[in-house]
Amino acid sequence: MTEPNIPVTEDELHAYVDDELPAERRGDVEAWLATHPADAERVRAWRAMAEALHARYDAVADEPVPQRLALDRLARPQRRVIYGAIAATLAAFLAGGAGGWLAHGVSTAPSSLQAFTFDALEAHRLYVVEVRHPVEVAGSERAHLQQWLSRRVGYTIKAPELDAAGLKLVGGRLLPGPHAPAAFLMYESPTGERFTLYTSRAATPATQMRYVTRASDGALYWSDRGVGYVLSGPDDNKDRLQQVARAVYDQTEKNGG
Amino acid sequence: MNTFRDSVEAMIPALRRYARALTRDVDAADDLVQDALVRALRSERLFIGGDLRSWLYTILTNLNRNRRRSLARKPLFAPLPDSAAGASGTEAEACDIARALATLVEDQRAVLLLVTLEGLSYREIAEIQGVPIGTVMSRLARARSHMRAALDGERPTLRRIK
Repeated sequence: MTEPNIPVTEDELHAYVDDELPAERRGDVEAWLATHPADAERVRAWRAMAEALHARYDAVADEPVPQRLALDRLARPQRRVIYGAIAATLAAFLAGGAGGWLAHGVSTAPSSLQAFTFDALEAHRLYVVEVRHPVEVAGSERAHLQQWLSRRVGYTIKAPELDAAGLKLVGGRLLPGPHAPAAFLMYESPTGERFTLYTSRAATPATQMRYVTRASDGALYWSDRGVGYVLSGPDDNKDRLQQVARAVYDQTEKNGG
Repeated sequence: MNTFRDSVEAMIPALRRYARALTRDVDAADDLVQDALVRALRSERLFIGGDLRSWLYTILTNLNRNRRRSLARKPLFAPLPDSAAGASGTEAEACDIARALATLVEDQRAVLLLVTLEGLSYREIAEIQGVPIGTVMSRLARARSHMRAALDGERPTLRRIK
């Protein structure tokens, strides 16, 4: 039999509300609450808080589970899943349904992915207009460029070969990224259209490719195993942007970095 | 018949609910759940038994801590409360609870949600967070105190009764 005069502690009030209180103490707590209105008020407030949380979030557990969380898809080697999602997004992107968000008219909740992509687009817009100094190390010094950037960003940088897309490597530079230093590579066609690839470590686990547009530039973003990639280029030819992004993706996938 | 996978699948709705309350961002929440599920499926061979439910909550809680750490370095955007579709009570109430949750530090928010929303025991939460039960209790006390203050619009004055 419990000593009736042991005062009830705050921990016991919490335990009482959370059904964690030993049965023999319940009576003592209820007696205490009957004579301590301030504590009774806290218990009431905590219960109301719990009700509000349930009212607000229980519905999520009743939602149909989205396709992206289907286990048989997730259990397959992650590679194929990413590519499937990207291919689907690219197809939607080409059909005119962006499946992404606008750079300055956020339609979905913003995230660190956006910060990353905005920085990449800013860099793209800043450097593609440069005639004399678009890059710091020229593409003619490819080996040196790759070695330098790999060392600074902390993973292997291999500049994709985009000859098949009619693009030659202008060169690259190092930039401060939102989470870690970023490698920035620029490509150019004989007609002067320029594409840039911005890559750095990214903490977000995003596995779908997203598209963002700003003024006359478009960018496709994806991340894979802790590394983010943004391919930026002119937005007037979505086929072209998709083709280049796909070529970059295929090669970074092969290189594993 | 793969009972491990079936058990993981059965947990998805609860994990989505917990992730949604933790992040208050639909996309970030499902990103977290997807990443947690991938890790869980990859670790099937390493899961030698014990509480699958706690294990999954642990993965998700840790993934969110990592996400928060990287967000903290570039606070351009605060997560917006997602719309309170289908919730009972007024919309103002729904926004209040999400806003109040946003005022908590990560560990306090996780404890509050694991206790009240997910119904886990103090002992289970101590294992999930890797701390003694006493630490869980003090996080819970602070969480409830700060939530009350946020919901009432007052400053909290908390003293633990010894």
